[in-house]
Amino acid sequence: MSPAEEAVRRENIKSAWQLSAPALLVLTVAAVGPLLIVLVYSFLTPGTHGNVEWVFSLEGWRGVLFDHDIFEDKLVLADGNLTIFWRSVKLSFITTVLTFIVGFPTAWFIATRSPASRAGWLFLITIPFWTNLLIRTFAINQIIRNEGVLNTLLLKAGLVSAPLQLTYTDTALLIGMVYVYLPLMVLPLFATIDRFDMRLLEAGYDLYASRWQVLRRVILPIIRPGIVAGSILVFVPCLGAYVTPRILGGGKNMMIGNFIELQFGQGKNWPLGAALSVTLLVIVTIALLVYVKAISGERKNG
Amino acid sequence: MTDEVTISARNVVKAFGQGNAAVRALDDVSLDIRKGEFFTLLGPSGCGKTTLLRLIAGFEMPTEGTILLDGADITTLPPNRRPVNTVFQSYALFPHLTVAQNVAFGLQMLGRPAPEVKATTERMLALVKLEAMAGRKTSQLSGGQQQRVALARALAPQPKVLLLDEPLSALDLKLRKEMQVELKRLQTETGITFVFVTHDQEEALTMSDRIGVMSHGKLQQVGAPRDIYTRPVNRFVASFIGETNFLSGVTEGAGVRLPVGAVVPVDSPRAGTVTLAVRPEHVRIVAPGEAGAIPATVTGSVYFGTDMNYQLALADGTEIEACVVSGVTGEGALSKGEQVGLRFTPGAVQVLED
Amino acid sequence: MARARDFSVTELPGATLVSMLVFVALYAPILVLIVYSFNAGESVAVWGGLSLDWYRAAWANDQVKEATWVSLKVATGAAVLSTALATMAALGTTRRPAFRGQTFVYVMINQPLMVPEIVTAVALLLVTAAIKKATGYTGLGYLIVAHAAFCIPFAYLPIRARLEGMDLTLETAAADLYASRWQTFRRVTLPLLMPGILAGAMLAFVTSLDDVVITEFIKSPGQDTLPTYMLGQLRRAMKPDVNAISTLLLALTLVLLSAFFLLTRKRK
Repeated sequence: MSPAEEAVRRENIKSAWQLSAPALLVLTVAAVGPLLIVLVYSFLTPGTHGNVEWVFSLEGWRGVLFDHDIFEDKLVLADGNLTIFWRSVKLSFITTVLTFIVGFPTAWFIATRSPASRAGWLFLITIPFWTNLLIRTFAINQIIRNEGVLNTLLLKAGLVSAPLQLTYTDTALLIGMVYVYLPLMVLPLFATIDRFDMRLLEAGYDLYASRWQVLRRVILPIIRPGIVAGSILVFVPCLGAYVTPRILGGGKNMMIGNFIELQFGQGKNWPLGAALSVTLLVIVTIALLVYVKAISGERKNG
Repeated sequence: MTDEVTISARNVVKAFGQGNAAVRALDDVSLDIRKGEFFTLLGPSGCGKTTLLRLIAGFEMPTEGTILLDGADITTLPPNRRPVNTVFQSYALFPHLTVAQNVAFGLQMLGRPAPEVKATTERMLALVKLEAMAGRKTSQLSGGQQQRVALARALAPQPKVLLLDEPLSALDLKLRKEMQVELKRLQTETGITFVFVTHDQEEALTMSDRIGVMSHGKLQQVGAPRDIYTRPVNRFVASFIGETNFLSGVTEGAGVRLPVGAVVPVDSPRAGTVTLAVRPEHVRIVAPGEAGAIPATVTGSVYFGTDMNYQLALADGTEIEACVVSGVTGEGALSKGEQVGLRFTPGAVQVLED
Repeated sequence: MARARDFSVTELPGATLVSMLVFVALYAPILVLIVYSFNAGESVAVWGGLSLDWYRAAWANDQVKEATWVSLKVATGAAVLSTALATMAALGTTRRPAFRGQTFVYVMINQPLMVPEIVTAVALLLVTAAIKKATGYTGLGYLIVAHAAFCIPFAYLPIRARLEGMDLTLETAAADLYASRWQTFRRVTLPLLMPGILAGAMLAFVTSLDDVVITEFIKSPGQDTLPTYMLGQLRRAMKPDVNAISTLLLALTLVLLSAFFLLTRKRK
């Protein structure tokens, strides 16, 4: 390499970093850096009126798994905390499965429209995706609550004698989360189905496969990256959901997000909140790593 | 045209990639291009001709060697400081600007005063006969018109050298022929040195003052079209430009003896085994058994309208093609299996270096 | 004559039915919300005739007006800042040979998409609380910078896509025609990139406008945005003026999204 070529190469790298630096700075200050501070706070002592005392302590982390039993002065497994974690993971998983069950036919339907109308259908999925999460949760709440549209209709039709109690139940939470996160499943599924070579279906039917067999043996394996991407896009925000459970779940049916918030509000236990946040982040990171592995495995096979 | 050199490439090497994976796109190329000539770089794709053009333009830096413009070293000068302009293969017209704005771009960048920019732009549009299109967006033009805008834009700053990177490859045959004439006219009118890159040998032969034939990053032969065609220096040049029959033989006395026994009268500069090259149109078909003729058998024929191509085989199986002007009624056409004799036009047989 | 239905290779049984139900389910609640924002009655469930009462009520409410201002200021600031940063980063990370650390830059830029909002919110709460205590500054700066950070990946996406689809030869041509680096950027790259930049700004604006969680955690007293104001209202009684505000926000989002789609629509 001549000095001139070397200079061009170095100039390229230098300008790449110079141009990226401002964005990296803001992201460090307002996104990545604070995460490290959360880790630090999780090892401090809670202050009496919120905030923290700068004294090292493992209380926060102990609080993630154990409760301090004041009567017998010993540690017991924190049923409440574990229940909330377990509920969150369970509800997020069910939501993911449900969004796939209704999202896959929808994505398939859009992808098999004529190119002209496809953009229109896609736009219809995109609008809710970009619409304020709070507004959508609020809208679904108006439908399913006791004096809501659904119950009014059911009562008028004489199908029920008393309003169905949906709000503040896990069912309401599930309906709400499926409603809110469905576009996140449909969009990546559509992206993969759109690239799917429909002639493979002809080949499948030509080789005597039934519709079910074509779905099972041809379609689903090929669109796997889209399924994985959609599942992650739904599962991760579900797990950290805050707004939807707060409105639809009420005070009792909390998820991790609300529980974390509680530590910074009424609970006044910032180190516990910080430790819970780090735990949530670790779960999400594991999910993302699984995703990356699934995708890269797919590339190797392809 | 003078003998004054304008572009001079000296021992230029361009390697892409590093270490063992490095590919030498240009391998020790030295070349002088004269002021005011229409010079063509000809070769198959991947031969390094476009790389050489990009080095002259300044879009790439050579790995080794120097490039001079009118005697000054411009090897590391950035493209915007070289009085050299390019007509790109894809035209690269700015889609957000009008035809006139495209043509004016270079002059504006050079900081020329507005009235001069306007006058030159109008003159250039007139030169390529696009005055009527000045206010159009470039996307509204046909391929041929876009080509003319690209030419006008590159000529407007009056560069010392105009580089053309396969500018006609996107056009259909008829338009291409028209543009060949047009380009030649523009070059003569402006007197600017043109360096033209193409893989089309016919284009190169009809337009150029001189041609440089390239292969595998090396310059194979430089010369006037007639020299290149009639006196190719090696097998690559002979086969890349026009059709050629290759015959191997051994130098013997005042000729070369072929394996079938016949002696081709040619002045061979070397002893031992040599390769002879003879164009199909210089193969004459005569009656079998004529004195000095090489006996052959007709194995096939293809009718081309004005010409007739015959495939022939010598006694040892060597295949030879002959091209003859076809008769008016096609009478006297030879049929497959017929025995004939072959003669080569005197002076048309080349002895190749390898 | 009776005839068996044509066998369609691409059809999956039930897919059309399910997707129609999905579209109805997606839009019915939003439509109900819009319709009831024009309801004359106090109730959010019983129809009492058409009126603009709730829009008037929202308009008369100083808190709503204040929250609207805060929302617009923060979203504008965040959109401008994040789009500028994302444009630079996109120019730095596309159309050049891969460099060491490129993956790091990608991960950093997309980091806000990978971390649950609640965690970012908690993290920013800790940092802003400390800074507020140390400096006494309680302005909108915190919200703008925090929003800009999580808007960067949204702004980056369309800008990068536009850059990657752009013909590099155009910039080479500009350099050939004596344009300096800055002139090439100003006269060729920037005008061609503009639709991407505007699209990025739209997405950043909408993303900032939508945020509840991060704003809720780091806002200083009196800094409610429309979403946090509505969240506060929902905690109390359900009032239809929230419907009216929601409808207006929806309309704004729809306008911005339509503009985005027009900007990024592929040319034939």
